[in-house]
Amino acid sequence: MIIDLGYGALVLAFLVSLYGIFAAIYGELKKRAAWVESARLAMLLTFPLITLSAVTLIIALANGYYELEYVASVTSNSMPLYLKVTALWGGQAGSLVFWSWLLSLFTTAVTLRKWDRDREFLPWVIVVSLFTLAFFLMLVIFVENPFTRLWQLPSGQIETAMFAPTGARVFTQPDGRGLNPLLRHPGMIIHPPMLYLGFVAFVIPYAFAIAALITKRTDDRWIRITRRWTLIAWLFLSLGLVLGGRWAYDVLGWGGYWGWDPVEIAAFMPWLTGTAFLHSVMIQEKRGMMKHWNMVLIILTYSLVIFGTFLTRSGVLSSVHSFAQSAIGPLFFAFIGITFVISLSLLISRWDTLKSKGRMTSLLSREALFLLNNLLFMGILIVCFWGVIFPLISELATGQKVTVGPPFYERATSPLFAGLLLLMGVAPLAAWRHSTFKTLGRAAWKPTLVSLLVTVVVLISGIRQPAAIIGYWLAAFVVCVTLYEFWRGAMARHRRAGESFPVALWKLAGRNRRRYGGYIIHLGVVLMAIGIIGIEVFQSETQGTLAQGEKISLQGYDITFTSLNVFDTNDGRNVARAVVNIEKDGRDLGELYPRRDYFYESQQPMTIPGVRSTMEDDLYVLLVDWQPVSTAGATFKVYHNPLVNWLWLGAIVFILGTLVAAWPDKDKDTSRALAKQPQYAAAKA
Amino acid sequence: MKRQTQAKDHTRQMLIYTLVILAVVGALLIIQTPAYAQSESPGTPTDDEVNAIAKQLYCPVCENIPLDVCPTQACAEWRELIRLKLSEGWGDAQIKEYFVEQYGARVLASPPASGFNWLVYIIPVVGILAGVFLLYKAFQSLRSSETIDEPEGEIQSEEDEDDYIARLEEELRQR
Repeated sequence: MIIDLGYGALVLAFLVSLYGIFAAIYGELKKRAAWVESARLAMLLTFPLITLSAVTLIIALANGYYELEYVASVTSNSMPLYLKVTALWGGQAGSLVFWSWLLSLFTTAVTLRKWDRDREFLPWVIVVSLFTLAFFLMLVIFVENPFTRLWQLPSGQIETAMFAPTGARVFTQPDGRGLNPLLRHPGMIIHPPMLYLGFVAFVIPYAFAIAALITKRTDDRWIRITRRWTLIAWLFLSLGLVLGGRWAYDVLGWGGYWGWDPVEIAAFMPWLTGTAFLHSVMIQEKRGMMKHWNMVLIILTYSLVIFGTFLTRSGVLSSVHSFAQSAIGPLFFAFIGITFVISLSLLISRWDTLKSKGRMTSLLSREALFLLNNLLFMGILIVCFWGVIFPLISELATGQKVTVGPPFYERATSPLFAGLLLLMGVAPLAAWRHSTFKTLGRAAWKPTLVSLLVTVVVLISGIRQPAAIIGYWLAAFVVCVTLYEFWRGAMARHRRAGESFPVALWKLAGRNRRRYGGYIIHLGVVLMAIGIIGIEVFQSETQGTLAQGEKISLQGYDITFTSLNVFDTNDGRNVARAVVNIEKDGRDLGELYPRRDYFYESQQPMTIPGVRSTMEDDLYVLLVDWQPVSTAGATFKVYHNPLVNWLWLGAIVFILGTLVAAWPDKDKDTSRALAKQPQYAAAKA
Repeated sequence: MKRQTQAKDHTRQMLIYTLVILAVVGALLIIQTPAYAQSESPGTPTDDEVNAIAKQLYCPVCENIPLDVCPTQACAEWRELIRLKLSEGWGDAQIKEYFVEQYGARVLASPPASGFNWLVYIIPVVGILAGVFLLYKAFQSLRSSETIDEPEGEIQSEEDEDDYIARLEEELRQR
């Protein structure tokens, strides 16, 4: 009964979505506001319907309804309740329901906003949002249905179907296969929702962009409306990427956080275009330029969101043949093709209405540097996109599979990332409209000097790798410029208004949250860069088989094997847990407990590192699971990861900066009020 | 007038030559130079020596997992094979070639720069250089644009936001 309720709600949501699309188009074409309002209510209705379906599925997961194929494949009796609930996004069908639910959440939020000034966008925003939602609901209902039951035919054969085949009765397994062990980690519980939130939130600015194209209202109104939506989407996508990295570091057991895996890149690509878009829209807002380009960027971002979901859901990454055999792959491919072609056609048809109103007056102006920044982001995107699809093209063209791994991406993207860091330092110093080498030099010489001093310190400390020296100089340069910007602004306020420095700093940031939030994001990126350079350039590793009491050494650390226990747990694991003692330069630093969990249900091992973490470095010890483990001796792999914690610290600063930038601005009112104050009025005069 | 056209043609030619040279240099930079170093240590190779090579190879049966960290039994045997080959005096490049012969080019971390695989190195460089060219053209067209009719509202909004900092900069310069 409850299963039918969940499925019925999904079908109803799909039909309501189709009705909403029809009502919005009809209402707009016939100029009947009641139909458009009906479409808006239809969009509103999808949320409770999909919520009902998702809740039903969660109940089935939590209570072990093993007659459902999905429940049997992702849960088991021994799993704790929280994992059973999060198994909603632990498999293909459930994750598509989750995707649809989040999208309906965002579309509902859009319908509830005030539409007074932008009424003409409404029908088309509804059409685009509901078209995307209807596509995902169609996949869930017709292709990847999580409510599909297991049936036992009279012949004894087990079959999966939504409705009972003739003479069949429901087949219930006593236990399920359980969630993939790699997904049983706090990072993996939060990571997919964040990523999906980022993905679906980008549908909203795209919907407004298409609405702007259709209605020919191609001024920057759609950009101003979606500014916060875009920042929220970007925030979640960034969070999703960072949490994915943390999960990989904690769970995958290879000592790193980013392996240039196609699944990682699939989530990274919309982030790249989204970041380029966030910079580029500022040019349109300030100078009325780059309207075509902003449309291209948001269309690309939307397409890459769907493409990323397609890559991870279609099986195309394992082989082009498995893609051809999967039902979901070709549908995704067709959807991406249709939406992309329609979007580009619309853009081309509105090309003339998107002409720039401003003029590029200087190659060193801030808008010119932002354009250069966009070029670098696009360069990284080209490398990533081509690296992901090349193995598929190679397999299709030559029948030979190839691997495009980290060496390719690292070599191709490193100079581009370095260029972005440099621009992060230079662009804030450049003025809009007009900058010269002279004005730029005058603003840059102090931060440059300090950053060069930092580089000298780096050299004195014994670092000789060119990549690290250049990287740390760039990092120091960006930090100096950013802090200098804060300092200059706060000091001027302090002198003018007599505010104390902290108050002046606080008010300065509040004066334009997007600008100063952006600077905080830059600081976060720099901290992350310090960690990335640390682990990429200076990581070292060693491996050895130790008898009890023996030790292995790496970078001044001595790791002594103390003991090993092997035992079963209540949740279906066999755990091999080692105890190692850590010393550095003769000083006892305590114990670490690397372990290997073997999951009986899925017959899968999982390696959990023992990590000693400081801001200076991480000592990352693995009990190597592919070597025989006995209580007498064990094989350990040890990684020394310098500065890696700066990466996570930078990520926190980055997220805080995004929150500051996305926080509602009271700028206009404040600035006007400020301008009325005598000292500001006098200064302006 | 003619001289101006000639100068323009010359600039365009220079730009095209520069882009072509950059494309070739860029592709060569992305390609990894193969290491031909021979193993120097005689006797049983250590785990670190085995992993140094296994790190550069990908598991022939799993998806995107380097051989040094792959937990499958098959990969454990391949690592032992590397150890054996090292103990017989084989070099890094020889061992990698052996694996390619046995399991195909997919065991390498990046495709060998030959035949069809050249495209993987050329296309990104060409794409980026095309971007540089487009950017150059965009700059040109935006600079020569006659439409300087920036709406008053937008100029005003810029002044609203930047006026504060502009005034600060002026004050700092006067200091």
